[in-house]
Amino acid sequence: MKKILSIILCAAMLCALTTGIAGCSGGGAESKGEVNVYNWGEYIAAGQDGLMDVCEEFEKETGIKVNYTTYETNEELYSMLKQSNVSYDVIVPSEYMISKLIKENMLQELNFDNIPNYANLDERFKTLAGDPEGKYTVCYNWGVTAIVYDKTKVENKPRDWDALWDETLEGEILMFNNSRDAMAIAMQLCGIDPSKCTKEDVDKATEKLKEQKPLLKKYVMDQVFNEMEGSQSAIAPYYAGDIAMMMEENEDLDYCLPESGSNLFYDAFCIPTCSKNKENAEAFINFMHKPEIAAENCKYLRYGTPNTKAIELLDDEIKNSELTFPSEDYLKKCYVFADVDEDVYAYMQEKFVEIQAN
Amino acid sequence: MKSKKLSLPYIAWMLVFTMIPLVMIGITAFKDRQGNFSLEPFANAFGYSGVFFKSLWIALLSTLICLVLAYPLAYLLTRMKKSSQNLIQMLLMIPMWMNFLLRIYAWVILLQKNGPLDTALSLLGIHGTYIGNTGAVVVGMVYEYLPFMVLPIYTVMSKIDTGLIEAAQDLGSNGAQVFGRVIFPLSLPGVISGITMVFVPSASTFLVSQYLGGTDDIMIGDVIDKIFWTDSNTGSAISLVLMVFIFVFLVIMNLFGDEEAIA
Repeated sequence: MKKILSIILCAAMLCALTTGIAGCSGGGAESKGEVNVYNWGEYIAAGQDGLMDVCEEFEKETGIKVNYTTYETNEELYSMLKQSNVSYDVIVPSEYMISKLIKENMLQELNFDNIPNYANLDERFKTLAGDPEGKYTVCYNWGVTAIVYDKTKVENKPRDWDALWDETLEGEILMFNNSRDAMAIAMQLCGIDPSKCTKEDVDKATEKLKEQKPLLKKYVMDQVFNEMEGSQSAIAPYYAGDIAMMMEENEDLDYCLPESGSNLFYDAFCIPTCSKNKENAEAFINFMHKPEIAAENCKYLRYGTPNTKAIELLDDEIKNSELTFPSEDYLKKCYVFADVDEDVYAYMQEKFVEIQAN
Repeated sequence: MKSKKLSLPYIAWMLVFTMIPLVMIGITAFKDRQGNFSLEPFANAFGYSGVFFKSLWIALLSTLICLVLAYPLAYLLTRMKKSSQNLIQMLLMIPMWMNFLLRIYAWVILLQKNGPLDTALSLLGIHGTYIGNTGAVVVGMVYEYLPFMVLPIYTVMSKIDTGLIEAAQDLGSNGAQVFGRVIFPLSLPGVISGITMVFVPSASTFLVSQYLGGTDDIMIGDVIDKIFWTDSNTGSAISLVLMVFIFVFLVIMNLFGDEEAIA
């Protein structure tokens, strides 16, 4: 049921997206009182489940009008910035896209005097790979990838990524339908550090994934919610925050943070060079890191917030969840999958399609 | 002169939304990543020939099943009272008012484990998996495109002059002969446009197989979708090859009818 609702929401957002693009590229940009925010779909508290509508709250407080539009992939964001004549003020790319945008001079340096709430952020999340000097980004959310499994179907408690290659679960295993996440898991199993991978490493990971394919039920992204919540499959890798959500829907589910470590991903607020309302953008970023606002977003998303003051405002249940906030020790075993060479990245994508096509 | 002026907006439309994109796809397909002329995208595209033929096969199968289901329905429709004709036409159309993804998603729920179909068949002692295979993809496609087969056939059939049928009967034809020598030949234009309207979109469709198929049921539309973001050259080359295949198909269809398929 929830899934159907989310599809309806997606459809609604798509409509919003198309109309939004028209709106952004048209007028508006030069008038002072606006901020054009381009964020991931369903990636902000917007009045769901009795939560605050964050954008509305921002408009009330500052009088700046928020033009909110969404995208589904980093690549979509990139091609929108690169190829169309749009003006966005705040974007929320992931780590690897951040390093690419910085390399191509597509981001503006931030004026942190306008973002006093930056002080609320944990130091760890101020200089992540992708933007190691912390000049262009303010981390929004972070998380790790983990394993979700159905206790009634999986006998041996999974400990590490190799559980996704378990032959006894043939036909019940799901895998990321996304080259980066799938390849990262395979590389870890081959003993390769994904953040330093080369084309040869991609080849090895490809072999590993080919080995896994006959055991799989499906390559999925959003469908994982239906599959796992509806007890259709036994085990799947996914983003830890989302696993917390799934576990609320189905008591049979449990999770595992893989022993060998995991991918620490994050999305951060940035201001692209096409922005025409930089100060409003900074005001928006600042607002998003007010402790109560960041807490509200965290309650909705269940991804970790880097905002230490916001964490204090959360219920114990969320605050103590390993899925939302993995322990310090665990984070030491994680790597950030940023700054992969353009060629290697394209090769990875190509190889992943090849795995699926053959 | 007047008609020429009237057609200007359409010419502009076709230029902007058909010709220019086509030329751009054409140019992109013949470039390598650095932007130099290259046949490499086509070499890459041929790496996906397996998916290609599987997609065309799925599309062909879906089209055939649609035809087999739609033709008798269209025929029966024309012989009903006008009011029932309208009602049934309406019922055929209503699902199309709903979002495409929702309809496919409904099929996921129908076919999944412990779903309605599985539960019903289990009661009869039949156990099986009904989703995650090519069959499920074909079912989804047939469901999706059936109205596009029924409606053109029905439209053409309902225009057949009843005088012709009566004349055939007067001249001594029995039911089968009337059908075989009058109704069927006259309905062919509808059949051909039905086949075109089902085959062309189903050959290039995507998402259906991602929802209903298993790991081996990826279709060429999905490959284009996946590869285009990082390698638009190969993506363009694949879609160009797909266009050529579809064009050839349409030309063959044309041999059967009077230029109905393309024009």
